[in-house]
Parts: sequence; structure tokens; C-alpha cells
Amino acid sequence: MRLDEIIRILDAVIITNSQEPGAEIEWACATDLMSDVLYYSRGNSVLITGLAKQQAIRTSDIADIKVVVFTRGKEPDAQTIELSRKKRITLLITPYSMYTACGKLYEKGLRCCPE
Amino acid sequence: MKAKIDRTYEGSFHIVGGDFSRAGEASTELKSILLNVGIDEDTVRRVAIATFEAEMNIMIYATAGILRYTISPDEIRVVAEDMGPGIEDIELAMQEGYSTAPDWVREMGWGAGMGLPNMKKNSDVFRIESVVGEGTTVEMTIRLKDC
Ligand SMILES: Nc1ncnc2c1ncn2[C@@H]1O[C@H](COP(=O)(O)OP(=O)(O)O)[C@@H](O)[C@H]1O
Ligand SMILES: [Mg+2]
Repeated sequence: MRLDEIIRILDAVIITNSQEPGAEIEWACATDLMSDVLYYSRGNSVLITGLAKQQAIRTSDIADIKVVVFTRGKEPDAQTIELSRKKRITLLITPYSMYTACGKLYEKGLRCCPE
Repeated sequence: MKAKIDRTYEGSFHIVGGDFSRAGEASTELKSILLNVGIDEDTVRRVAIATFEAEMNIMIYATAGILRYTISPDEIRVVAEDMGPGIEDIELAMQEGYSTAPDWVREMGWGAGMGLPNMKKNSDVFRIESVVGEGTTVEMTIRLKDC
């Protein structure tokens, strides 16, 4: 799914971004548990999480995840934003809950990396 | 595609626990070193993930330790050694989902009990040794493929 499509579907606010609007994101991963991200995710995924903290950005950087979405309008602190900018990770905020955000993306065809 | 590693690279990072804002910096640095010497992305991802979980365990459970790496033409080896409390029952600690992480760690997104299992999953050879009251050493070897 294209990055700009993800942004539109989630009514997301862009906090940091250095990718093309047409960048293709292959998979989605949704959790607040960083070790689950590291265990189950694949590279080139979007991470949907309620953990609006630096940990989510660090973990995504290690796991080659290019897009992170914070749910329920959670605002990250300045260090989190700075880290995502430095790591060239696209950071988005959606007003939706994790459940709704996932449902919307799933409905449009974005899938979990193979379970 | 075989990575063209013509010599051995070695280095180490000191890990100091407590300061969570810096957690993961050593693994991030190792990741860029691996990419710079020309290791393929899949292998780099495996090493980075395994090293990151090892680094987090030092940060969380041991307060201080050292991460050593060796990149040679055939393999990458990462050794995480700490002077922490040690692990009483390694078999239990290796089980998926087992965790003694305190609440403040869980609030930071850690404590799923998947760290050690993931280190093992991403390693070709995985060894763990621990002495209660002395510390823990985790050794991970990832072979560089020929294909
Ligand atoms: N370096 C260490 N020193 C002491 N105890 C450790 C260490 N690493 C792991 N443990 C113990 O093993 C358990 C499982 O570790 P792990 O699989 O990484 O999951 P988690 O860190 O999420 O709890 C930890 O909760 C802790 O009790
Ligand atoms: Mg752990």
C-alpha cells in the first residue's frame, strides 16, 4: 500500500517524513510490545502502536520498519520526533484507536506480515 | 551473493543500564558498521535484532555490561557479557513469554518475554551461560551465507 494512501485512510498527521508519497509499504504490524515487533515483523512494514515513545522508533530502526503510526492522537515528545527525523522514519499520528486504525488498513488490503 | 569481507573487524561497546533514552545505541551503531562493511541486509537485520534484545537485557537486568563483536569472512559473532544478578533457571528464562520485567520496563514497551527466544531464533549458534550473583554471557554466531 502506498504511503500517501496509509496517511489518507488513517486521517493521519505527518510529524516527520522523508519518503516519497508513493513509497510502497508491504506489511503492517500492530502492538505495544517491542519484542513482538522484533520477533514477528518484517522490514518495509508500518508499525501501528500506542507506545508513543522513543522505544518505538529505536525498535523500528533496528527492524527496518519505515513508517510508525501512533494511535489515539498520542503526541510524542521532542526526543522521539528528533530520533525519527534522524533515522528517516516516517512518523504519523492517527486520531483512531489501534483497533479502528488496523481495521481501516485491513479493509483496504494491507496485511499483517505472515503469521 | 557472498559478502566481500576480506579481513576481521572487531570492536566493543560499554552498556550502562538505567538511561533508557540511550537504549539501543550500541546495536544501532553495530548495524551501520555491518552495512558499511557490506553485509547483506537480511543478515544485518538478524544481527541487529538479536543484539538489540541482548543490549536491552543488560540495560534492564544488569545495569552494566559489554557488547563485543567480531566480523570475519565466514561469520559474525556477538558476545554480550554483564556483571548482573545472573539467571537462576535458564530453561525457564528461555521460554517464550516468560519475563520478570518490572512495571517501569513494561511501560517502555519491554517485558514480553520474547528477547532470549528471539536471540536464539536469529542466531545459527546460540549459547548462554549464567552464574547467580556473578553475571550472564550470551554468545551469538550468525554465519555468512555463500549463496
Ligand atoms: N542479562 C540478564 N541478567 C539477568 N536476568 C536476565 C538477563 N537476561 C534475561 N534475564 C531473565 O530472563 C527473563 C527473560 O528474558 P527475555 O526473554 O529477554 O524477556 P524479557 O526481557 O522481555 O523479560 C527476564 O525477564 C529475566 O528474568
Ligand atoms: Mg529481554
